[in-house]
Amino acid sequence: MTDLALPALADAPAKPAAAGLTARTRRARALAYLQAAPMALVFLVFFVVPLALTLMVSFWEYNEYEIIPAFTLQNYADIFEGCLSGSDLCTTARTYLSTLKFCFLTWAFTLLIGFTVAYFLTFHVRSPTTQMVLFLVCTIPFWTSNVIRMISWIPLLGRNGLINDTLRGIGLIDKPIDGLLYSDFAVVLAFVHLNTVFMIVPIFNSMARIDRSLIEAAYDAGATGWQTLWNVIVPLAKPGIAIGSIFVITLVMGDFVTVGVMGGQQIASVGKIIQVQMSVLQFPAAAANAVVLLCAVMVMILTMSRLIDLRKEL
Amino acid sequence: MSDTIRFTRRTLLQGAGATGLAAGSGAITGFPAVISAEPVTLRYLGTAVNQSSDIARKVKEDLGITIEYVPVVTDEVTKRVVTQPNSFDIVDSEYFSLRKLIPTGNLMGMDARRIKNADKITPVFTRGEVAGKKIGDQGTAPKKVFYLEGQTSTKFAGEPTQWITLIPTTYNADTLGIRPDLIKRPITSWKELLNPEFKGRASILNIPSIGIMDAAMVIEATGDYTYPDKGNMTKAEIDRTIKVLIEAKRAGQFRAFWQDFNESVNLMASGETVIQSMWSPAVTKVRSQGVACTYQPLKEGYRAWASGFGLPKTLSGRKLDAAYDFINWFLSGWAGAYLNRQGYYSAVLETAKGQMEPYEWAFWMEGKPAERDIKGPDGSVLEKAGAVRDGGSFESRMGGVACWNAVMDENTYMIRKWNEFIAA
Repeated sequence: MTDLALPALADAPAKPAAAGLTARTRRARALAYLQAAPMALVFLVFFVVPLALTLMVSFWEYNEYEIIPAFTLQNYADIFEGCLSGSDLCTTARTYLSTLKFCFLTWAFTLLIGFTVAYFLTFHVRSPTTQMVLFLVCTIPFWTSNVIRMISWIPLLGRNGLINDTLRGIGLIDKPIDGLLYSDFAVVLAFVHLNTVFMIVPIFNSMARIDRSLIEAAYDAGATGWQTLWNVIVPLAKPGIAIGSIFVITLVMGDFVTVGVMGGQQIASVGKIIQVQMSVLQFPAAAANAVVLLCAVMVMILTMSRLIDLRKEL
Repeated sequence: MSDTIRFTRRTLLQGAGATGLAAGSGAITGFPAVISAEPVTLRYLGTAVNQSSDIARKVKEDLGITIEYVPVVTDEVTKRVVTQPNSFDIVDSEYFSLRKLIPTGNLMGMDARRIKNADKITPVFTRGEVAGKKIGDQGTAPKKVFYLEGQTSTKFAGEPTQWITLIPTTYNADTLGIRPDLIKRPITSWKELLNPEFKGRASILNIPSIGIMDAAMVIEATGDYTYPDKGNMTKAEIDRTIKVLIEAKRAGQFRAFWQDFNESVNLMASGETVIQSMWSPAVTKVRSQGVACTYQPLKEGYRAWASGFGLPKTLSGRKLDAAYDFINWFLSGWAGAYLNRQGYYSAVLETAKGQMEPYEWAFWMEGKPAERDIKGPDGSVLEKAGAVRDGGSFESRMGGVACWNAVMDENTYMIRKWNEFIAA
């Protein structure tokens, strides 16, 4: 405020000082709003409006060929049908549990791999040029589409695929391992392959900002390598870890292509349910599912932001 | 047969010329109106399987009409017709979708008087008969949805009228595909799909409305239950069917489910599955990779499907004329022969016959051993001389239809239960 007030005083000596100050402040505020407007507009048009429409449609009725503006809770009732009976898990609970399982496994593996790679890049590679080159190497898989990257696993993992053939060839197994493809294993493998880079980038970014003298200080104070890692590097890399985790978890929660292809369409995912409903014109049911999914993801993100105050850390 | 060709072409051109005259373009040269005027482009919405560039090229040559393909998947065709009826000029849709499409009023009835070969369309569609014999009509059989009460009516007519919903393009009888080299014994019944012998090596398609019909064929084959109408189950029947599927899934019967053509080809060709629901051209594709694959006829019969041309209500003027010209051309033989050579069936068999060699007709339609190598439309050899088509003749294949792809009254409930099956 003082920065703004000073030139105001100089510019408008004729006017009473107080009035000039408010006019200036008001103008500066308007300018700030104007500067934020494009982003706000984009958000409004491409995020708020569609979301509001989705929410609205999720309460509508529908039949085979039209959606009917009305108010019904039936779409939500359908989603949670049988969830309160207790004897057997309902479809929705099962689906979310399976999706959460993939979330957790993918998160754990991508974190482990992403952290290790970022650590290596930051602290073991000395020259900034090599660092950048190696960092770009990490992004090479992204030169092809993620569907291709996913499908390329199939000839490798199949019943008569490369791995099974090799293992049989060297006599380790006599019957092919079926669980390699179209299984939870295959899904997690593909998820980790596809999403690790989203962990590497933010963690690398956070680590690159760590002041080297802190690490030297830790050594000087007699900390072991592990102690330095746990007490100095991990806390300072937290924002990167949090951002990476948010990326990975939201990507896995909303995915249906990877689960479909690698799971042989046999594994349920929330995205798949929504896709099936959309393709048979049950838009309100799909909208209700989307709203539930959105809530679930928001709860997860809120929990994470409780653990780490991102704004403060950045 | 060459007489028939010339005759057909001539009448077609004359007909088109007459249309031009009627439209007031003044073309009396005998050329179709569309050539004499500005070239017309028709946006053709349909699935990629039916959209061949050869057909588009030939239409351009014969009629001067440019066909602009809009290839999407089956469900998307329906969605487009319902939500964006102005985004196409002609649609190639499955008959079972009509129960969703017609009530929206987005399609118009086609005037049978403007379709030259309308009365020659095979009775499979008009009366549900093959060679005078009634065929299975469970599900959305085309004869139930073939006629409208009026041009803009949203109700299906019980008896033949002047207004046709869809003019058939292709249809076929679907069954299970098997790998005879890996199964090594005859397969004669749908119940083998859930036979524990093929545990972890079976597959079913993950398109709910079709998948559940295949499951119903299996359940009927085991003798557990006989459906009054497999294509229109009650809630209790849906529960029962899904329960059987869930039990099989939990027991590890299925290797994977497939959703598109190529997935089904890959599953079969790689040996991941040895028995699965399949589509005819997919079997051909597996075979063309040198892998033994049979489109196995089964004693309980086939699940049939059919698709056809529909016109959006908003189509008018020259585009409408061009659409009728195109449809008349489509039924006049060349396209029919082209489709028959891919293993589909065409709407007007006699005109297609005129465009096929006698040995081709004998192989594809009469179920006789091939006199010579059978080639596909692209010239690649599909079958060696001596081979017999799986399932035999048109009469025995289409005559053996048990049910048709369908949209059920309880579709919403069925989709929910199907999702439960996938999640189980």
